[in-house]
Amino acid sequence: MLDTLSQAFIYVAMGLYAIAFVAFALDLARRSARVTIPESVPSAVSRRARVADDIVFVEAGAVAQGADAVGSDAGAAGGTAIATAVAPDGQSSRGGAISRLSSRIENDVQRGRATSTSLRVAMALTTTGWAFHLFADIFRGVAAGRVPWANMWEFSMTATLIIVGIFLLANLRFDLRYLGTFVLGFVCLVLMLATTVYYVPVVPLPPALQSYWLVIHILVAMLGTAFFALGFGLAVAQLFQVRREHRVAQNLPTRLRFLGTLPKSDTLESLAYRVTIVGFIFWTFTLIAGAIWAEKAWGSYWSWDTKEVWTFIVWVVYAGYIHARATRGWRGTRSAWLAIVGFSAVLFNFGVVNVFFHGLHSYSGLS
Amino acid sequence: MERHSDAETVSGDDPVGESVDDAAQARRDSRPSGHVDEADSAGADDSELTQPRLGLVGWLRWIWRQLTSMRTALFLLLLLAVAAVPGSLVPQHTSDPNGVAQYKLAHPVLYPILDKLQVFDTYTSVWFSAIYLLLFVSLVGCVIPRIKHHLEALRARPPRTPARLQRMAGYRVRVLKGMASDGTASDVLRARQTAITEAQRLLKASGYRTVVLETTRDASVSAERGYLRETGNIVFHAALVGILVAVGIGGGYSYTGQRIVVDGQSFVNTLVNYDSFNPGRFVETSALSPYSITLRSLDVKYESKNKNALGSPLDYTAHVTATQNGRSAQRTIKVNEPLGIGGTNVYLLGNGYAPVITVRDPSGHEVFHDSIPFPSQDANLTSQGVVKVPDGLKQQLGMIGFFYPTAMKLPSGAYTSSYPDTRDPMLGLTVYAGDLGLDKGTPVSVYALDIDKLTELAGPGAKQPGIDLRPGQTKDLPNGLGTVTFDGVKRFVSLDIHHDPTQLWMLLFAALVLGGLLTSLFVPRRRLWVKAIAQPDGSLRLEYAGLARGEDPRLDAAVASVAERHIARLTGSPAGRGTDQTT
Ligand code: HEM
Repeated sequence: MLDTLSQAFIYVAMGLYAIAFVAFALDLARRSARVTIPESVPSAVSRRARVADDIVFVEAGAVAQGADAVGSDAGAAGGTAIATAVAPDGQSSRGGAISRLSSRIENDVQRGRATSTSLRVAMALTTTGWAFHLFADIFRGVAAGRVPWANMWEFSMTATLIIVGIFLLANLRFDLRYLGTFVLGFVCLVLMLATTVYYVPVVPLPPALQSYWLVIHILVAMLGTAFFALGFGLAVAQLFQVRREHRVAQNLPTRLRFLGTLPKSDTLESLAYRVTIVGFIFWTFTLIAGAIWAEKAWGSYWSWDTKEVWTFIVWVVYAGYIHARATRGWRGTRSAWLAIVGFSAVLFNFGVVNVFFHGLHSYSGLS
Repeated sequence: MERHSDAETVSGDDPVGESVDDAAQARRDSRPSGHVDEADSAGADDSELTQPRLGLVGWLRWIWRQLTSMRTALFLLLLLAVAAVPGSLVPQHTSDPNGVAQYKLAHPVLYPILDKLQVFDTYTSVWFSAIYLLLFVSLVGCVIPRIKHHLEALRARPPRTPARLQRMAGYRVRVLKGMASDGTASDVLRARQTAITEAQRLLKASGYRTVVLETTRDASVSAERGYLRETGNIVFHAALVGILVAVGIGGGYSYTGQRIVVDGQSFVNTLVNYDSFNPGRFVETSALSPYSITLRSLDVKYESKNKNALGSPLDYTAHVTATQNGRSAQRTIKVNEPLGIGGTNVYLLGNGYAPVITVRDPSGHEVFHDSIPFPSQDANLTSQGVVKVPDGLKQQLGMIGFFYPTAMKLPSGAYTSSYPDTRDPMLGLTVYAGDLGLDKGTPVSVYALDIDKLTELAGPGAKQPGIDLRPGQTKDLPNGLGTVTFDGVKRFVSLDIHHDPTQLWMLLFAALVLGGLLTSLFVPRRRLWVKAIAQPDGSLRLEYAGLARGEDPRLDAAVASVAERHIARLTGSPAGRGTDQTT
C-alpha cells in the first residue's frame, strides 16, 4: 500500500518537476531578451577597476568605546568612534593581482540575483516537487522496512532526490538557478526512465546486502553522484561561456544570449571545481567503503568486478580532472571536458554496467 | 620579546626595493614542472629541449624531469583510466573463468588475439602494470622533493611583507585617527607598535605563523597558515604508494582456500583439508595456523509471504564450533559476518544440499554410506551431484543424482524444483557401471563423472528408467547389483578461508588517503599581511591583504574578517561580527 502511495507521490513530483523545467527554460529564454546588448554592460573587471580602494576611516579616540568601527552602519553605534565608509562597494580593491579571482567569484556568483517571475515559479515548483519526492522516498523506505536504496529503482529515486536537494541547498549560498533547466531536465529524464524500466516491487534484501555498509556505501555514492552532476552542469555551462567569450572578444555575433547573464567562464570553472572536489571526496569514500564491504561480503576487498572497475575509472578520471586543473595548459576548457567525461562514466556505471555487465554486483533487482 | 628579535633579523633590508614578483615567488615552491602555479617562465622545459648537447646525465635528468612533471602524471592517470576499460568488457580469468571459456567458443577469431594481448588478464597484464608502475615512479619522484621542500617550509618563517600590498588579494585600508593622544612622533610610533602587536596576536590565535618586520617607513606582520594543506597532499600521495606496496606484499603472504563442509563435519586448517588452495609466493603452507571448525547446523530462511519474492533467501546462518588451542567456542558465520579465527577470516560464501545415500550389496551388506554435497544449479536449488561406489559390488558403480528440495513434475515428465526449501524432497539417480577411473592414481574431481567408459544401466539413455527416491525409500539397483537408499538430506556450506596480513595496513593507508585528501582540498593555504604606517597627520594607516596558495575561495572574506577584528581590538569595541578565536 505504502509503495503504491510512494509511486503516486513520485508521479506528482515528476509532474511538478516537469513544469519547473519548463519554467526554468522560459527563464533562460527571457534572459536572452534581457541581454539586448550584453557587451555594453561593463564587465565585472572593468567595473571594479573604477572602484576606489576600500578605505575606511576610523576615529579611535584615546579612550575608545563600543562602536561598530568598520561597518557603514556606524551611525547606529554610540560612542566617540566614527566610521566613514568611503568605498562604494565596500568589498574589493584595484584590479591587477593574480589572486583577485577569489574575491571576484563571490561577487560574480551573486551577480544577477534579480529574479524573474518564471524563475520564482520554477523554484517554488521545484521545492514543492521535492517535498513530494521526499515523501515518496520515505514511503518506499517504510514499505520496504529499510533504507530506500537497495536496487536501481530505489537508487534512481533517492539519488535524484539528493541531486535536487543539493541544488536547492546550494542555491541558498550561490545563485545557481541558471542550472535549473539542466538539473530538472536531467532528473525528469532519470525518473521517467526509472519508472518505466527500473521499477520493481518491494522485495526483501538478499543476505549479501544485509549490512550497515549498504546504508553508508550507497548513501555516499549518491552524494558523490549528486555533486558530480552539478559539477557536470557547471562544466558544460563553462564551455558554452568560454565559446561565447571568445566570440565576444573577436567581435563576432553570439548565440545563446542568455549566457550573458551567467557568471563568467572562470567563475563557472571555479564553482564547478568546488562542487566536484566535494563529489570526489564522497567518491573516494565510496570506493573505500565498497572495498571494506566487499571484504566482508565476498571475502576480498578488491576483485576487479566490473562495478568496482568502473567506480575506479570514475575515480581516476576525476583525479585527472583535479590534476588537470593544476597543470599548465589544461586548466579551463580541457579540464572541463574531464569533468564531463567523469560524469558520463558515472552515468555509464549506473545505467549500463548495472544492467548489461555481469559481475558480483548483480543487485539491480531486474531480471 | 619575540617581536624584537624578529624585527632585528629581518628588518635590515629596505623592502621598497623588493621585487614586485612576490606572488610568483611565493608560488614557485617545489611544484612539479608544468604546475599552473609554477613561475611563468614557460621556457623552463623548452630551453632544455632546444639545448644542442645534453650528455648522458643531461638526458637522464631531462627524462626524469619529464616523468615527474604534472603533464606526465595527468597523462598516465588518464591512460590508466582508459586501460582499465577492456577488463570490464571482457570476462577475466581470475574472476570469471567460465566466462572466458564461453568467450573462446563464441569468438574463435578474436579470442587468440585478445588472449595474446592479455586482455583476459587485464589487471595483471604487462601493459596495465607498466602504466601504474610508471605512474607510481612518477608519484614517488614527485613527492620526495616536495617532502623535502615542505619540511624546510615548516621550519622557515613566513616571507617578507611585499612592499606594495595593493597588488595583493583582498587589499583594504583602515585609517585610524586619534590613536595617538598628542600626535608626537614617538606617540604615533607607539600606536603603530600596539597595532602590530595586536595584529600578530590576532593572527597567531587564528592559527597563523607570524613574523613582525619593521622598517623606518612601516611595521608589518607577515603571516602564513595552512601548511597542513601541503602536508595533506603529501600524505595523500604517499598513502597511495603505501597501498600499492601493501597490495604487492599482501599478494606474497596471503592465501585463500575453499572447503565444503556438511552438517556435523569438521574442517581442520591444514593444507590437505582444502578442496582448493591458492597460496601467495611466500606462504609457509606447512605452518597454517591450527584450528578446526565443526558445522553444527546451517539455518536458512526463505521468504514465504511476499508474493514478489517467494523463495528468495532471507538469511543464512552457520552455527559452528570453533576450536583453537584446545579451547572450543560456539560461533556463527553469516554472509556479511565472517568468522575471524587464527589470523584468517572464514566466509560463508555458498551452501546447498547434501543427500545421504546408502548402497548395499545383494546380501544387505552396506558398501557405501555418505552425505554427498550436491552443488545447486538454480535459485530453487535444483542440485546435481555425483555418487561413486568403487568397491564392494560386482561392478564399480557411478551415479549422477539430481536433488529437488521441492519436486515438481514438468509437462515433459522431467522434474524440477519449485521452491528452495525441502517441502517435498526427491532424489533422482541415473546409474552407470564400469571403470570409474579411480585406480590410475591421477586425481579425479569428486564432482564429475567420466561417463565415457561407463555403461548406463538406469536412466534416460537405458532401458530401465532412472531411480527416483523419496527420503527413507530404498530401491533395487539394476543388474541385481544391490540396493540404494535415500536416507535423508543434510545441508552443506562452502567456506572460504582467507589470510591477508596486510589488510590492516590497507585500512590505515585508505584512511590516510581520505584524511590527506580532505585536508589538502579544504584547508586553505594563505598568507596574510597587516601593515601599519604612521602618517604625518598623526593617524595610523593600516593595510590588509592576502595571497592564496592553491584554491582559496574564501581569501577575501578572511582578510576582511582579520581587518574587522583587528580594528575592533584597537578601538576597544566589542569584537562583534566575525569569530574572534582568541576569546
Ligand atoms: C596514482 C597516481 C596519482 C593519483 C591517484 C593522484 C591523485 C591526486 C589527487 C586526488 C589530488 C588532489 C588532492 C590533493 O591535493 O592531495 C592530487 C593533487 C596533486 N597531485 Fe596527484 N595523484 C597522483 C600522482 C601524482 C603525480 C605523479 C604527481 C606529480 C607529478 C602529482 C602531483 C600532484 C600535485 C602537485 C597536486 C596538487 C594539485 C594542486 O596544486 O592543486 N600527483 N593528486
